[in-house]
Amino acid sequence: MSALCLTLREAPAQRLDLSMLLPERLAALSPAEIERLPVQTTRRAMRLGDVFRLRPGDAKEVVIEGGSARFDCVGACMSGGVLRVIGAVGQRAGCEMLGGHLLIEGDAGPFAAAGLRDGVVEIAGDAGDYLGGTLPGERTGMAGGSVRVRGSAGARAGDRLRRGLIIVEGDAGADPGSRMLAGTLMICGSASGLAGYLMRRGTLVIGQFAKPGETFQPCGLDPVFPRLLRRLIAPYSADAAAMLDAPLSRFMGDLAGLGKGEMLIAQS
Amino acid sequence: MPELIRNGVRIDDSFAEAFDMRATGLIITADTLHWARQAALSMTGFATSIIACGVEAGIDAECDTTPDGRPGVRVLLFAGSTAELQKQLQNRVGQCVLTSAGSACYAGLEGAERLKLGDALRYFADGWQISKRVGERHFWRLPVMDGEFICEGTTGLTKSAVGGGNLLLLGASREATLATAEAAAHAMARVPGAILPFPGGIVRSGSKVGSKYKAMIASTNHAYCPTLRGAVASALDPDIASVLEIVIDGLSPEAVAEAMRVGLATCIARGPEQGVRRIGAGNYGGKLGRHHFHLKDLLA
Repeated sequence: MSALCLTLREAPAQRLDLSMLLPERLAALSPAEIERLPVQTTRRAMRLGDVFRLRPGDAKEVVIEGGSARFDCVGACMSGGVLRVIGAVGQRAGCEMLGGHLLIEGDAGPFAAAGLRDGVVEIAGDAGDYLGGTLPGERTGMAGGSVRVRGSAGARAGDRLRRGLIIVEGDAGADPGSRMLAGTLMICGSASGLAGYLMRRGTLVIGQFAKPGETFQPCGLDPVFPRLLRRLIAPYSADAAAMLDAPLSRFMGDLAGLGKGEMLIAQS
Repeated sequence: MPELIRNGVRIDDSFAEAFDMRATGLIITADTLHWARQAALSMTGFATSIIACGVEAGIDAECDTTPDGRPGVRVLLFAGSTAELQKQLQNRVGQCVLTSAGSACYAGLEGAERLKLGDALRYFADGWQISKRVGERHFWRLPVMDGEFICEGTTGLTKSAVGGGNLLLLGASREATLATAEAAAHAMARVPGAILPFPGGIVRSGSKVGSKYKAMIASTNHAYCPTLRGAVASALDPDIASVLEIVIDGLSPEAVAEAMRVGLATCIARGPEQGVRRIGAGNYGGKLGRHHFHLKDLLA
């Protein structure tokens, strides 16, 4: 049986909260019930059928054909199944996900995968600020699962990252890994600003970075860990795995805080 | 005892009596295979019998692939209880693998039930340990004087393991018996999921249950001692001058049976002139162990 498919009728005129489009929720509804689902909006009240044309199918996989930067909270709190968006999404995609696989074949706005607990988020385009970061009012960011961004990420990727793996195959904006608590953040391209600013623990790997801040101290690197990490992440990203083949410099920090984090920088 | 004869070698119509055991596995890696084996040999030293060693252990195989891509070996450990296995695992990895140059230690057995590995050893790092979880796997990195000791958090436990499979090799001379036992042990050690815990895979001091001394739970198997022939009810024929035993522990009854099958085939192929004249198996009348490996069922 093919996937349940929702085709965008026309570009939305207002922001839409699509957090109800979860495979586990849609599986329990009939096509008519799905079309009648209310959509939270910023202005005019709408039903899902007003926004999308529905093609019934197996809701274990839900496909949204046609994206928009006004689609917010896509896959938020999702706990299983597959949700694929052919196009862009807005803010908070995959935030606080508990499981399943969210695939975005376009760009994602800010706070993508923020507060992720488990599951897989893949973004084929670029991600906005606070990728895997902390939602307003929360104490920690992503706490499990994995995120892969094929393009670049905005500022403060992995802010307050608690656990899990984030891979950015392109560049990262300012201050990646800020306030990291643990986990692994890998940036295959370049980073700017104060990478690892106030990080406590965790591993931050950067492909190109001129020099860490003064509160990071160079220290020794045992070659076994990069070899192990390379094999562990190879199923997630060939680019990130290849980055670990290069000689690496290791710095400990941020010594302005607890200072038990590590930054690995590929030596070009 | 009724006998079968294969290639001139007499096969007892008997069986090896084996017991349910708990088992776990580890993969030990190092910069070179020599150092991986060094750590494994230290860890599996003094691990011949649970009677006094707490655990029976041995190297199962060299690994074609390892988590960090370095040379490595797989070690199996067997014990009578989960608590004893956990205690021995922690002590032996802590004293023999953590201390070995360039070593790392990973789970060598899958399973829902787990034993603590790095989760128990991490405190050695005195607060400098680094937790690293990627996907379903969790590792600890402990700073040590040559770099870092990487150790997986847990390893799998199986309650389906079997200990105590055995072959008794009876020869006309000490030299011929030992040479055949060596060849058999060499072949049996290649069976995946099975180990031979005694020195070189061979034991010369087979035991029986009990003793005339109250403190002893096991004592020499006098019926198979050539120097007691005439003094006791001997199980030895007139042409037998030496007996060696090969004990097998396996992750499954099938692994034990396969190792015994390989050992039997090796001994039979050598024939009675340059090898052993008779092959038997040790048991306790079938009342103690749940697993009975009949020799006649294992002949090719």
